[in-house]
Amino acid sequence: MSAPAYCSKDTVRNEYHCVLFKNIQMSDKELIELLKKIVKPYIQNEEGFAQLSESTHLIDDLKINSANLVDVVLDIEDAFDIEIEDDAFENMLTVKAAMAVITEKVAAK
Amino acid sequence: MLKRVVITGLGVVAPNGVGIEEFERAIKNGVSGIRYFEELAEKKFSCCVGGQPEVSEEKMLEYFSPLQLRNFTSWGILYGVMAGMDAWQDAGLPIDATEVDEDAACIFGTGISGVEKMAEVTLKVNAGNVRRLGSTTVLQTMTSGVSAYLNANIGFGNQVTTNSSACTTGTESLIMAFDRIRLGKAKRVLVGGCSDHGPYIWGPFDAMKVMNFKSNEAPEKASRPMSATAAGFVPGSGAGAMVVESLESAMERGATIYAEVIGTAINSGGQRNGGTMTAPNATAVQRCIRTAVKEAGVESKEIDLINGHLTATVKDPMEVENWALALERNGKDFPYIHSLKSMIGHCIGAAGSIECVSAILAIKGDYVFPSINCEDLHPQINEIVAKERIPSALVEQAGINIVAKAGFGFGDVNACVLFKKYNKE
Repeated sequence: MSAPAYCSKDTVRNEYHCVLFKNIQMSDKELIELLKKIVKPYIQNEEGFAQLSESTHLIDDLKINSANLVDVVLDIEDAFDIEIEDDAFENMLTVKAAMAVITEKVAAK
Repeated sequence: MLKRVVITGLGVVAPNGVGIEEFERAIKNGVSGIRYFEELAEKKFSCCVGGQPEVSEEKMLEYFSPLQLRNFTSWGILYGVMAGMDAWQDAGLPIDATEVDEDAACIFGTGISGVEKMAEVTLKVNAGNVRRLGSTTVLQTMTSGVSAYLNANIGFGNQVTTNSSACTTGTESLIMAFDRIRLGKAKRVLVGGCSDHGPYIWGPFDAMKVMNFKSNEAPEKASRPMSATAAGFVPGSGAGAMVVESLESAMERGATIYAEVIGTAINSGGQRNGGTMTAPNATAVQRCIRTAVKEAGVESKEIDLINGHLTATVKDPMEVENWALALERNGKDFPYIHSLKSMIGHCIGAAGSIECVSAILAIKGDYVFPSINCEDLHPQINEIVAKERIPSALVEQAGINIVAKAGFGFGDVNACVLFKKYNKE
């Protein structure tokens, strides 16, 4: 997997360092693509990952270990330079919900 | 009836060699793994040399997934998992992704876990950033982290724990497994000890002024057990691991047997009668050695080699004297004696386990590896032991049948184990 153009990747640790768009508008499609790259290290169900869409559930469909959800959220924070509070975090169980939180936080920056 | 206990697998991650083959080549050739660390000098350490295994990130990926390695800085756990997995595979034991082996246990020790991670915890918490610690900080800093990570890989169904007794830790883990197997409570136990490297774990020892700060220009000469110019220990790190197994189980599997564990003892000097938080009670050390010899059912004259604790502090002559009194042997009649720490430094929580691995290799290969940096033997030691019994070069076909290994730790704790070349009798 190659790193997105806007991210640099530490290939050994599989870690993205993304410096991202304060004022860049992303399409939903682009946002999903970026989310895919962020969750990729954590997924345990390749099939669910291949079919990832807005309705995908992070735990049920991607089999992400629930303990790792906090790490996914930290990676999202890093990628978008936002901060996600506990309340929002609790709701980020589907791709759609994550997109909504990200869009809202980026817009509020 | 108590069961016979043997060693069927070895793994090691040491400052002078990663993997059994590389490590054995190094110890036979007297290769030092002690290096100078600029970072220690920058941080104003007195002792700027130490022992740290050389592990590439590619090598780490043979044992950990990229996800596990994200923000991973718990080096003792890294070394412990590498050595532990190697030992398990060396023993020819299966790794099944679904089965749980009820007869397999893991007792893997450490002095402390994830000190570098704890430093990060302090910084983040003090900055009001506790939420940024992520999900694996607990796993990397809990003392039993190493056995928990090994359990994830292997799937033990018996006891999974971490023992801790300062510098006796590694030897103690083997003895705890020995007891468990002898009593029939487990058939095989993965044991070992591991230790972090770096300024955060070595710093407190530097502050105690127990490390050699006089040899920063000559790292390979810095660790000098039994030498007249011994000036304190050199810190090390890494891990050693062994599969301890009942003889029955080993025979059933047709496993390779490295050596038999024939006698063990663990005790304490109670920090009385000369024993303190940091110094051993000599009577208790002697009692520990005698008890192990007695349990083994051998005569002290049958011991061919002593793999000492011998850290290169002022306590070395006292240790040698304790061995001499406990075994009632001296001069040319003294067993061969050497210190692995001369090559790898004092690997703290990993010391006992790496040294046990070296003792077992010496039996299997019938050799005495050199004890380097004691060409100027301490006069008090020379009064007890003839110089020829402390080889400065490899002795091959040395007739090594029984090796005694002891470890002593802060808190005034002692452990001693006797290994014997396996024969069917």
